[in-house]
Amino acid sequence: MPIVSARLVPRVRFKDPQIEMAHGAGGKASRRLVEGLFAPLLLDSREGPLGDAAHLRLGPTDLAVTADSFVVNPLTFPGGSIGELAVNGTVNDLAVAGARAEGLVTTFILEAGLPGDVLEAEVRAMARAARQAGVAILGGDTKVVEHGQADRMYITTTGIGRPLSGVTIDVRSVRPGDKVLLSGPVGDHGITILLARGGLDLEADLESDTRSVWPMVETLVDAAGAGVRWMRDPTRGGVATSLNELARDCGLGVSILEDDVPVHNAVRGACELLGLDPLHIANEGQFLAVVAPEHATAALRAVQSTPGGERACIIGEILPQPAGTVLAMTRYGASRVIDMLVGDPLPRIC
Amino acid sequence: MRFVDEFREPELIRKAAEEIRRLADPARRFRLMEVCGGHTHAIYRFGLKDVLPANVELIHGPGCPVCVLPMGRIDDGLSMAGRSDVILTAFGDMMRVPGTQGSPLQHKARGRDVRIVYSPMDALKLAQANPDTHVVFFAIGFETTAPSTALTMMRARAQGTRNFSVFCNHVTIVPAIRAILDSPDMRIDGFIGPGHVSTVIGCRPYEWIAADAGKPIVVSGFEPLDILQGIVMLLRQLEHGEARVENQYTRAVPWEGNRAALGVIAEVFELRPYFEWRGMGFISQSALRVNDRYADWDAERRFNVPGLRVTDPKAAQCGEVLKGVLKPAQCKLFGRECTPEHPVGALMVSSEGSCAAYYNYEHRKSPAVIDLASMA
Repeated sequence: MPIVSARLVPRVRFKDPQIEMAHGAGGKASRRLVEGLFAPLLLDSREGPLGDAAHLRLGPTDLAVTADSFVVNPLTFPGGSIGELAVNGTVNDLAVAGARAEGLVTTFILEAGLPGDVLEAEVRAMARAARQAGVAILGGDTKVVEHGQADRMYITTTGIGRPLSGVTIDVRSVRPGDKVLLSGPVGDHGITILLARGGLDLEADLESDTRSVWPMVETLVDAAGAGVRWMRDPTRGGVATSLNELARDCGLGVSILEDDVPVHNAVRGACELLGLDPLHIANEGQFLAVVAPEHATAALRAVQSTPGGERACIIGEILPQPAGTVLAMTRYGASRVIDMLVGDPLPRIC
Repeated sequence: MRFVDEFREPELIRKAAEEIRRLADPARRFRLMEVCGGHTHAIYRFGLKDVLPANVELIHGPGCPVCVLPMGRIDDGLSMAGRSDVILTAFGDMMRVPGTQGSPLQHKARGRDVRIVYSPMDALKLAQANPDTHVVFFAIGFETTAPSTALTMMRARAQGTRNFSVFCNHVTIVPAIRAILDSPDMRIDGFIGPGHVSTVIGCRPYEWIAADAGKPIVVSGFEPLDILQGIVMLLRQLEHGEARVENQYTRAVPWEGNRAALGVIAEVFELRPYFEWRGMGFISQSALRVNDRYADWDAERRFNVPGLRVTDPKAAQCGEVLKGVLKPAQCKLFGRECTPEHPVGALMVSSEGSCAAYYNYEHRKSPAVIDLASMA
């Protein structure tokens, strides 16, 4: 079976004349920016595809390092807020790189005029989330910009983690026949934010799924060990984008049974109304894993037995063909391609 | 979920597909046009081509209001966004459609005040909240969306809101179907009629298609079972040599249409003598404009829009695809110069465009297209 090295995937070039919102939306434009401009100019050595965290060896110690910025509007929403996201988002990036978050460094960019109590509430939310995730906040930096030069507050967190032993998260180890595991229902965060912005006159009983996925990842790795080949948290761009990155980076096909992807009815309903696909909607408390077939049952049981992982399921598997492509199968024998999104999801007219 | 799950039931879909295979005489080819872009997307989204026999061919029609606008109209709309006192509002569907100087989203990225609204009423509210600006609503759509635009203008008039106007690009579906039937290179056996438009206009306006052109038409809904049942009904008519208008989408479409919605359209709009459609040329009485009573809320009269005709890039074959003469992938630019990220024509970015549907859901299904494994 020919397995393609990710290096064979055509190089991306950044030639875009201006930055647009799509460059931050996690889809194709983001990929061009990161892989076509940042990586070639900034990264010393690039071995294989970019993951959620970088690995660093300091003497005998292995470290995982990642950074994430948070610019969410509104600052608070059902189920969470920017402060909580700033901790969990970075903890999760480390988790899906197979590393336990040990410390965070945080940067605040604040707009002059931001009410003190709004800031305090977010700092308290960060402290709470850090305690819950068992991660220390080590320090940080603050900048204030003129009123109108930023949207209230932005937070960047840099996370340092300790990689788990006995597992190597590397997309190049993915093989045809491997199973794709999803930790729970998709789309809650993105739809919650869309509704919280208030422009849609839609209401739903729905909360963001923001949380640390570490407890689920830890039990998964305990149960399946080296059988865990790859993980990702499907944030911006949703499950569709993460699976497309997987398919591209391993040079294989990914097939999912669409009916098996858990989606809350409120999310489905909003997506049906707005012409959006739940697979393209952001999540903040889920992860995807590729697991060797002989470990799949144990892996699934482990995640399902972790609080919050009860609705985990196997949604699909890795195929030799079509390379670099994600397919959704239906129970009536049809299929379609699931592509990355171009830019942000835009609701349609009718 | 009600009204969704029962129309996606795998067992029923299999049965409908079986019935289609039974009806579709293998000695014949059945060329059926789905007029509406919403149908095109559903067909690809649900993989319905996979369950149809090879001799039942679905041809994508012109029912995508974003796609049929010529580039000159996009430029006209964007010309108003160039004014510092104007907020241009549009549906999300419009935001990635290319004009000669880029899409509304690209204009927004350059600092123009272009905003997405979810309803024309939101644009009116925006005007009322910003009395020092002028809010233009870039109105698009067939008879489906025209009533909401009309109602908004009636409210603006009743409330005396003067800093709001509508750039009217509403089009009508029947003249477009007529143009397709008149086109010499088109052989169509029947039509899957547009479901959403028909909730407003009803089924009567299609009677000439059956009577004069001798083609059956079945107005259909948008779920997989709706479309397959629509095809079953068409094939039954064809089997018996009939040509009638039938309504599959009875849960939403009244035969006589929606009188109230038609009433507000008539209150605010009148037919344009002719209107240019992308790739299809000028079609007489195929679009709406704001009538004299609402002239103060007509952006075309309030702003001197350039009104230039812009021809599509030469190699683009949007017109042929809109008329159903070419399949999306048969266009020379498809997937190369023209992609959802770098669209040459609106068909590649609209949520109802057939090229977008084909690109997103279908074209990489075949391993031959990007066979990285075989390169190793």
